[in-house]
Amino acid sequence: MNKIIIASALLALVATSGTALAGGASPEAVEKVVASSWKDPNTKNPEGAKPDWASRLVQDNLQKACSQTRNQPTKDLAEEIVADAKASVKFPEDGKLLGDWKNGEKIAQDGRGQRYNDKVGEPSGGNCYACHQIDKKELAYGTIGPSLAEYGKLRDFKDDAVKATYEKIYNSHSTIACSNMPRFGAQGILTIEQIKDVTALLMDKESPVNK
Amino acid sequence: MAFRHSFAARLASAAMGLCAALGLAGLASEAVAQDATKGIEEYRKMMAADPFSNPGLLAVDAGEALWKTARGTKNVSLETCDLGKGPGVLKGAMAEMPRYFADADKVMDVERRIIWCMENIQGLDTKDIVKKAFSGAGQDNSEMEVLASYVSAQSNGMPVVPQLSHPKEKESYDIGEALFYTRAGPHDFSCQTCHGSSGTRIRLQELPDLSKPGKEAQAAVATWPAYRVSTNSIKTMQHRMSDCYRQMRMPKVGFGSDAVTALVVYLMKQAEGGEVNVPALKR
Repeated sequence: MNKIIIASALLALVATSGTALAGGASPEAVEKVVASSWKDPNTKNPEGAKPDWASRLVQDNLQKACSQTRNQPTKDLAEEIVADAKASVKFPEDGKLLGDWKNGEKIAQDGRGQRYNDKVGEPSGGNCYACHQIDKKELAYGTIGPSLAEYGKLRDFKDDAVKATYEKIYNSHSTIACSNMPRFGAQGILTIEQIKDVTALLMDKESPVNK
Repeated sequence: MAFRHSFAARLASAAMGLCAALGLAGLASEAVAQDATKGIEEYRKMMAADPFSNPGLLAVDAGEALWKTARGTKNVSLETCDLGKGPGVLKGAMAEMPRYFADADKVMDVERRIIWCMENIQGLDTKDIVKKAFSGAGQDNSEMEVLASYVSAQSNGMPVVPQLSHPKEKESYDIGEALFYTRAGPHDFSCQTCHGSSGTRIRLQELPDLSKPGKEAQAAVATWPAYRVSTNSIKTMQHRMSDCYRQMRMPKVGFGSDAVTALVVYLMKQAEGGEVNVPALKR
């Protein structure tokens, strides 16, 4: 627990210490431009969105730290980010991490959710195929992230790998500090049930990903 | 999804069908992505042989007519608008924008400057024009889309020359660079998330690396407004920035805002030396 508290403190320190990189703009100057360019976000965008629109313009400590270091944190900072991320993961109450892979595939295909043209209150997709190859039958996959084809098979379907996969989806920074991947659980993009389903898509022996 | 009806999509799905039929699924995705790109490349070649076949030229013509139309409380045209090269000089103006304008005391890109000229030269109420700046599916091109196309096309063939000598231009560049790397919103996306490396794709869409100067930035940036075959319509640079922020799960960004201008300043610097080609053909 102590380590977590220290971790958060360092993260906060880095995040408030100004731009760490060569970029010439002060955080205050950027904030001023953001405020004038996104006026009254909560009244100009669909009501009831979560998180609300105004809060999306304010970076949290992780976003600040990764922005300032351009996703290349120092070793110490990276360790703290990973520790923080691991501590953020909430597991299902019944301890079962594998859901329904068929539903997981639907979530992986679905790129909707949380844009101002999406229906407020509808569940979000994971949009996994935007960046990853997963089921090899899907040809329209992106390459920003690594291929996940045969993901479970390559990991011998081990329990440890199931847990690591759930954690990765819940908070991607639990394995790589300043990962490009969204924090699907920690940021409330996907529910715990949805994360279980996507975990099953990758780790279930019956999933076409592993065929 | 509009993509379904597009030229590139038809080509992509034909390629996909062929690859699936041949049982080449493993290699097929690369092939499909490349074929979609090649399809647009072919289309571009056909247009090079007959430049007047570019459907975007209709927007340039409509823009010219509107540019020369007397309107507003002052009942004058936009023909005396100063885009940085002197009143009424359009040639090469876009290749050197955004730039600082002393009369407005602001750094402005083409679209922002057009709005300023409408308000200050014509005495036009621009509220509705700004509101409808981006045409929707199936709608005619907007006033902004045709005017930006006309103005920008007058720089065709000229190299991008970033303007960074005025302190406000430099400040804008710095802010644009910072915004490019700013991760925010529920998905933690920044521009860099998708445009920070070379040779990557989202689904089948190839992504230009805009984090460094060079050919990819030149081809991506100096080519707006563009005619998009996925929507059969003209889209502007302001729209490109705005739509990226939508996908990033951010709230709607203001049209002609300082943030968008700053990003365009940053991108034009990355595209330095690139040849302006408007309206380019894009997916």
